[in-house]
Amino acid sequence: MINIEMLSLILAGLTAVASGIVGSFALMRRMTLAGDALSHVALPGIGLALIYSYNPVLGGGLVLLFGTLIIWKVEKISKLNTEAVIGVLFAASLAVGALAFEEAHELVEVLFGGIATVTANEFIYGSIIAAAVIWFILKNRHSLVLALVSKELARTAGISTDRLQLYFLLSFALTVILGMKFLGVLLMGSLIIIPASAARNIARNLNSMLVISSGISLFSVLSGIAVSNLFSFQLGPAIIIIASAIFLITLIWNALSRSS
Amino acid sequence: MEKETAQKILTVKNLTVKLGEETVIDNLSFNISRGEHFMIIGPNGSGKTTLFRALIGVLPYSGEISWAPTSVIGYVPQKLDLERNVPLSLRDFLHSKTGKMNKEELEKYLDLVNLSPSLLGNSLGTLSGGEFQRALVAFALIGGTNVLLFDEPTAGIDEPTEQQIHDTLHKLKHEHKLTIITISHDLSNVYRHSDRVLCLNKNQVCLGVPKDVLKPDILTDLYGDEHHKFFTHNHHDKHRNA
Repeated sequence: MINIEMLSLILAGLTAVASGIVGSFALMRRMTLAGDALSHVALPGIGLALIYSYNPVLGGGLVLLFGTLIIWKVEKISKLNTEAVIGVLFAASLAVGALAFEEAHELVEVLFGGIATVTANEFIYGSIIAAAVIWFILKNRHSLVLALVSKELARTAGISTDRLQLYFLLSFALTVILGMKFLGVLLMGSLIIIPASAARNIARNLNSMLVISSGISLFSVLSGIAVSNLFSFQLGPAIIIIASAIFLITLIWNALSRSS
Repeated sequence: MEKETAQKILTVKNLTVKLGEETVIDNLSFNISRGEHFMIIGPNGSGKTTLFRALIGVLPYSGEISWAPTSVIGYVPQKLDLERNVPLSLRDFLHSKTGKMNKEELEKYLDLVNLSPSLLGNSLGTLSGGEFQRALVAFALIGGTNVLLFDEPTAGIDEPTEQQIHDTLHKLKHEHKLTIITISHDLSNVYRHSDRVLCLNKNQVCLGVPKDVLKPDILTDLYGDEHHKFFTHNHHDKHRNA
C-alpha cells in the first residue's frame, strides 16, 4: 500500500537526484554560488503567497522562474557573469522578501524548510518536474559539456549556447523549487552545491561525476529524513550536515590519494 | 578536378568588425579556394583571432562573409581556459561534439592526429600541451569537417611537437582534401606550409604566395623594425594553455 509518507520519500529522492546532476554542471560552469543566491529570489513570492493564502511553493516558484528569465536577459545584455547578476537580484529579493513576512517563524520555516510530507498534487507535479529536469540534463549532457569547455567550439558544433544557458538556468530554478519544502530556500542551494563538490573530489570523468553526485545527494536526503524522524532533528539541517560530512570524507580521500 | 580545386570555399567582402568603439578589422576582402592552406599573419592586436571569431559566427560584423554551402567548419582555438581539475575525460570532450561515437570511430580520429587511445580515460587537465592541442585538432575534425580554422598556439607547446602538428595538418590536407586556414606566429611555417598568406594589421597589408609578397619592406610595415624576431620561435613552456 502506497501512503503519503512513501510518496514524499519518492519525491524527495527524485529531487535529490535532480539536484545532484544539476549541481554537477553548475559546479563545472563555475556558478556554484548561483544556487544559493538564486533560491533567495523566491522569497518575495513566498511572502506574498502567504499573505494572500496561496500555496507558498507556487508563489515562490513563479517569482523564481521570472527571476531566472531576468537573470538570463540581463546577463546577455550586460555581459556580466551569471553570479554578479544573480548577486544583485538576490540581495534585492531578500530585502523585499523579508519585508513581506509578518511573522518571524514563517520566515524561518521558508528559509530552513522542514516539511517532510507532500500532498498528492504536489507529488504528481513535483515528480513530473524532477523527471523533466533529470531527462533534460542527461539528454543534453554532451552539449552542456561543450558549452562549458568553450562557447566558440559549441557554436561551431551548431549548439545555441544562449538557449542552452536559459534551459539550464530554468532546470536550476525548477530544482530549487522542488527542494523548497524539504530544505527551505536557504539550504536547497547547499544541496545543489555540496554533493557535486564532494563528487568532484573523487570523480575523473563526466559519468562518474553525475553518478557520484546524485548518489551522495540521494543518500544525504534519505538518511537526513531518517535521522530527523528518529531523533526529532530539523530536516533541512540534518540533510545538509550529512552531505557536508560526506564532502569532508571525500576531501580527505582526495588528499590521501594525491599524497600516495 | 581542376575545377573543384579552384572553387571558392570562402568569400570575405568589405568586412569590418568593431569591439565596442574600436575598429579591429577595417574593410577587409579576400577569397579562399577549396583545398588551399591559407595563413594569416600579423602583429599582436592586429585582429587575427577577431577575424576567426567573425568567420565562425560568434562576433557581429558588417560586410559579407560567405561560406560555400558544402563547407563544414572545425575550429582549433589557440587556448582554452579550463580548470585543471575539471572532471572531464578526453573521451567526454570528444563525445561532446556529436554525442556518442563508437570505439572505432573515436580511434579513427585519434589516429589522424597521432594520439594514443590509452589517453581516452585521462582527465583533460592532465594532458600535456601537445596532447591537448592534438585533442583540439581531433575534436575539430569530428563530424565531416572540410574546413579547419587553426589558431596556432604561442605557448605551452615545444617546437618538435608544433612541427608534428603542422606535418599532421599537411597530411590531412592532401589525404582528406581539407581546406586549412591558419593564424601563424612563425614565418618559417608560412614559407613551409602555406599556399597563400594574408598579412593583417586591421586591414590587408599583403595577400599572395609567401615568397612573392613577404618582402622586407612589407614585413617592416607589418611588424615594425623588429620583424626578424618573427622568424624565430619564442615559446614559453611555463605557460600552459590547456
